[in-house]
Parts: sequence; structure tokens; C-alpha cells
Amino acid sequence: MSTLAPLPVVIPLSVAAILSALNKFVGRRLSEALAILTTIATGVMCGELLLQARVQPVIHWFGGWTPRAGVALGISFAIDPIAAGAAVFASLLVLAALIFSLHYFETVGTLFHVLMLGFLGAMCGFALTGDLFNLFVFFELMSASAFALCGYKVEEPESMQGALNFGITNTVGAFLVLSGIGLLYGRTGALNMAQIGRTLGGNLDGLVITAFVFIMSGFFIKAAVFPFHFWLADAHAVAPTPVCVLFSGIMVELGIYAVLRVYWVIFDGPFAAHRWDVRALLLAVGSITAVVGAVMCFGQRHIKRLLAFSTVSHVGLLTIGFGVLKEGALAGVALYVLGHGLVKAALFLVAGLLLHRFSSVDELELHGRACRMQATGVVFFVAALGLASMPGFATFLGESGIIDGAKGIGQGWVRAVFVIAGVLTAGAVLRVWGRVFRGMGKAEDAETAGAKKIDEDRETNAASHGIPAVMFAPAAALVLLAVAVGLMPGVKRAVRTAAIVMQDRTGYQARALEHAWIPVTPAEEEHTPIGKGLAWSFGTTAAALVLAFLSLSPYWPSKHVLARPVAKTVHLLRAIHSGHVGDYVAFLTFGVAAFGVVLAVLIHLR
Amino acid sequence: MSFFPYAVAAWLFIIGLYGIVTSRNFVHLVICLAVLQSSTYVLLLSIGYRVGGTAPVFAGVPVGTLAVDPVVQALMLTDIVVEATVVALLLALALQLHKHANTLDPDKLKALEG
Repeated sequence: MSTLAPLPVVIPLSVAAILSALNKFVGRRLSEALAILTTIATGVMCGELLLQARVQPVIHWFGGWTPRAGVALGISFAIDPIAAGAAVFASLLVLAALIFSLHYFETVGTLFHVLMLGFLGAMCGFALTGDLFNLFVFFELMSASAFALCGYKVEEPESMQGALNFGITNTVGAFLVLSGIGLLYGRTGALNMAQIGRTLGGNLDGLVITAFVFIMSGFFIKAAVFPFHFWLADAHAVAPTPVCVLFSGIMVELGIYAVLRVYWVIFDGPFAAHRWDVRALLLAVGSITAVVGAVMCFGQRHIKRLLAFSTVSHVGLLTIGFGVLKEGALAGVALYVLGHGLVKAALFLVAGLLLHRFSSVDELELHGRACRMQATGVVFFVAALGLASMPGFATFLGESGIIDGAKGIGQGWVRAVFVIAGVLTAGAVLRVWGRVFRGMGKAEDAETAGAKKIDEDRETNAASHGIPAVMFAPAAALVLLAVAVGLMPGVKRAVRTAAIVMQDRTGYQARALEHAWIPVTPAEEEHTPIGKGLAWSFGTTAAALVLAFLSLSPYWPSKHVLARPVAKTVHLLRAIHSGHVGDYVAFLTFGVAAFGVVLAVLIHLR
Repeated sequence: MSFFPYAVAAWLFIIGLYGIVTSRNFVHLVICLAVLQSSTYVLLLSIGYRVGGTAPVFAGVPVGTLAVDPVVQALMLTDIVVEATVVALLLALALQLHKHANTLDPDKLKALEG
């Protein structure tokens, strides 16, 4: 029993409540200071939980309602190293976003900090809980804070539209999750995840498949997996930049975390005989998401939208990592989330700097205007290399973990998807770097000059001079951290140990329901040859650089005959991203139905 | 246990989705979301229902009295609280949209294409 376990949720939520009650009396600086201190405290507590969980996962039963004879009545937190790690990471990114927003907003009310702290508390609870209904409640708390943060600029119609699209699609997802939870409760009479997993055992029938499809689809909507990803670009385009950092860096990844947790604790038993069916589906969905996201990313000129689509693409890669269903790949996913979250957060912070300085995040409009911001340019460039999983970054460790896992089950082709996603997304970001920070390529050409743009000038004070250190430092620190994690010896082994704990279903059940003391055994040292992976990753990075320079050069064959079918496909793809919430929900409905039908057919055929 | 309540839950879910997909007014759309949500109420309550069961109040009744499941009722109450918040928030966003864009029709908003 640990008294520390509930605090990462209780403290941010209490401070948020106090701040909102004292809204009228608390000045801007005081509320900023309180928010930052609370976030640091939460991060430290999660870090301590991580240290404890590395020895033995921490199980906390609220109100002392411990299980009797293996039957759980109370609500529990079940904190394994990956859960605690996710909570630490969430605190870190919230801290970076808060520090950045010290100077960023022209005016910011206490309510912004209230929402940020609510978001933080919800994310921690979501990561730490061991109860399925509790997971839903934190999911909704996280969503509600996120909707409000997304629509923070209430005077802009685009903001409202983006927040509504985000809110409606994600709420439909929450209902799917809740329906799935209801079905599982009807079958097992339990809400504790360990208990549900144990009661279900290996029984698979129509009801379990339906519950699986509902819960997975619901969390995949949050994770922005194709065809549930449409809301993500809209939400990122309109949300204040510090909020984008959290959306792309951790919130979307928590969707992946939820499917991983639910799969390994509850559904691994029932689907044990049908692992290949689940794999086929997830690898296909992940690959489509990665490619669609990458293509859409390359076609954008609005930098925040471009980065948002790159997130979609990388979530596809994470889905592939999940779909391998092996502990090595699971460790890869965890490392990739870490590496990607750090560099993506840095990229968004730089986008925020550009917006702060020039009141625009339009790539063509910003042509050559940031040539004098050299240090910022370096951060942007290095972060883009991290996006291409260049060796030395944490993303590289993640990528090699996922690909080695895929090779282990004979699916080495996923390498191709990683190369496509890496080249296109990093290529697009490097193109932005070349154009904005180096003044390469043409300035805005006549045909696109008239195109509508999303108006941006109300978020931060226009055309301020110089870059304050508190805005630059978080971005630089995040990129440095991405490299530090990538180069730290032993990090791969530690994460692998954590992954083995996460997917050990019987161990999780025994710890949660019988108070079994099962210490964590460290994973064996791996000796995988790394040469080939290194070559591929350097190749991807080089290809991304070439693509970026080519697309800025006069030889870019955008009007060539051979380019026409490509242009047509891209045009079609862009057309389905209509910004219309009805279309999004139609795609979502189709996606859930297709997911269910394909899975049922695959299982029936075997 | 009858099959009927589950059919009602499924119907509410589908009709709610239909409403969201075809709606041309954000206020109407958010209310369709609330209709969709009521399917989860029906589903949860019917899962916990026991034919002939009494209310789950266990003071002064013999041990072993058949009662409906109180857990799903608690879940449903939580669900109502959570979703009241979300629906109120979404309606507030729709109100702000109307204030500044002078329309509530998703078809007329073109800023977030592509």
C-alpha cells in the first residue's frame, strides 16, 4: 500500500479547483507560479512511483477496499513502470508547455492554468489506473479539459469549429468505450481490469469480439488512427501552440497506451488463438495510417497542420508496433513515444516562436523571414532529423525495437512503411526549415497567394522583437533530452524490462488480486546486430534531406506528366479531409463497422 | 432477460450517429450526441436489471433477496455527470461560434479544409 499513488491525480486537481475558486483574486504571475510548482511536484511524485515500480509494481486500493479471496470490490491504481513512465512524461511536457506560455500569451487568465492542471491530473489518472470504468472517467476528464483548451481562443470561428470537431468525434469514441465496458461487465461482473482478464480467461465469442471492437475503436479515435484521425489536424491547427505540444506529445499517445494496456490485460487471453488475425488487422491499419498521414503532411503549408499530420503518420508506426504483439516491439513503442513526443513538442514550440515573432505559421508567407533566428533554426533542424529516426535519437531505438520485433514474426516489410513515413514527414519539416530559416526556394507564388489561410494573429502579441529565453529554452531542452535518451546506455534494456512487465498478464493479475510479491526480473542483455538498421536509418535521413532540397529547387516536377496521377490521388485525399464533422463521424462509423466485420470474418475463417 | 432493451440501445446509438452525420446545425448536432449517449444509459441499466428484483437497498430485507445490480446504476450516474459537462461545453462552443461566425451550419464553415 502506497500513500503516494493517488497524489499525482489529487494534487493537480485540488490546485486546479482552488485556483478556479480564487479566480478573481489570483494574479497572472501567482497562478503561473502555482501551476508550474504543482506540475513539478506531480512529476517528482510520478518519478518516485517509477522508481518503486521498477522493483515491484505498486498496487493501491482506494479506501482500503482490498480484494477478498481474489474478488476485487474496490477501485485500484495498478502502477507498473510503463504507467508511471507515461505519467512522468506527461508532467514533463506540461511543464515545458507552461514555461513556454509564460511569455507566449498576451493575456492569459487563471482558467488556462486550471485547465492545464486538470488535463495533467486526468492524464496521470488515465495512465495509473487499474480499473476499466475509472479509465473511462479519466478519459472523459482528459477530453473535457482538452476540448476547452483547444477552443481557448473563443473569438475565432475556426477555433470553435476545430474544437467542436474534436469534441464530437472524441465523445462518440467515449460512448463506444463505455458500451464496450458495459458489455464486459455484463459478461464478467467485474470492472477491475485484472479481474475481467482473469474471469474471461480464454473464452472468445461474439460478445467479447464486440466489446473488443468498441473499446479498441474508442481509444483509436483518441489515438487518431485512420479512419478516425480527421479531428486531429483541425484541433492542432486551431489550438494554442503550448496546447498542441500536449496533444501531439502525449494525449494521442495515451490512446495507444490505453489499447496496449487493455489488450495485454484483458483481451490477450481470449484472442490468444487468434493473434494472427489481430496482427493482420493492426499492421494493415497502422500502415495505412502511416502512409496517409505522411502524404497529407507533405502537402501542407500551414506549419501546425503539417506537424499534426506528421503525428498521424507516427501514430500509424506506433500502431504497427502494437500490432506486432511482442514484448520487444512493445518496448520499441514506449521508446518511440518518448523520442517522438520530445522532438514533436520541440517542433511545435518552434512553430509557436514563429507565430509569436511573425504572427504567422504559413510556410510560404514566412519565406526567408527567420534567417536571423539561427539558434532556433538549429533546434528545428535537429528535431526534424529526430523525426526521421536518425541514429542517436530515442526514435531510432524505438524504430529498431519495433522492426526487430516485426522481423521476429516474419513481417520485415514494415521497414518500408517506416522509411516512407520518415522520409515524407521529416522531408516536409526540413522543407519548412529550408524555406523559413534559410530562405531557400521561391517565395509565395501567384497561384497560391490568394488561397485562404487560417487567421492567426490573436493568440500572441504581434511582431514582438527578440526571442525570450523562457520560450527558446524548453524547445532546446526537449531536443537535447531526445538525444540524451537515445544515447543513454542501458535505456533499451530498462524499457524492455518494463515492457515484459506490462504484457505479463498472469503476473499483473496475481499482483493486483492476491497481493503477490513478484519482483521484476531485469530483461536479458540483447545482442542484436545493429549495422543494417543504422544504414537504413541514415539512409532515411539522407533521403528526407534530398527530398526537402529537391522540393525547394526549381527542378521539382510538380507539373510533370508522371506527377499528375500522384497529384490526383493527393487531391482526393485532401478532399476527404473536409473539416465537416458529419463526414468525420460517417468515416468513423464506417471504420468501426469495418473493423468489426473484418475481425469477425478473419476469426470465423480460421 | 428480454432482448428488447438491447435493441432499443442499439437503435438509439444508430439514430444518434445518423443525426450527427446529417445534421446542419451544431446545436442540433450536439443534441444528437446526447441521444446517442442515452443508448449507453439503456444498455447499462438493462445489463443490471433482474426480473422480479427489488431496488438495491439491503436494510431490513432477508439475505438473498433478489435485487437489481447497483453497480451499473452508479456507472450510469457517473456517465450522466460526465456527459452533462461535455454537452454543456460543446453547446458553449457552438454559442461562441454563432456569435463570431453568425452561422451554426457545418457546411458553411470552410476554414479547415484539406
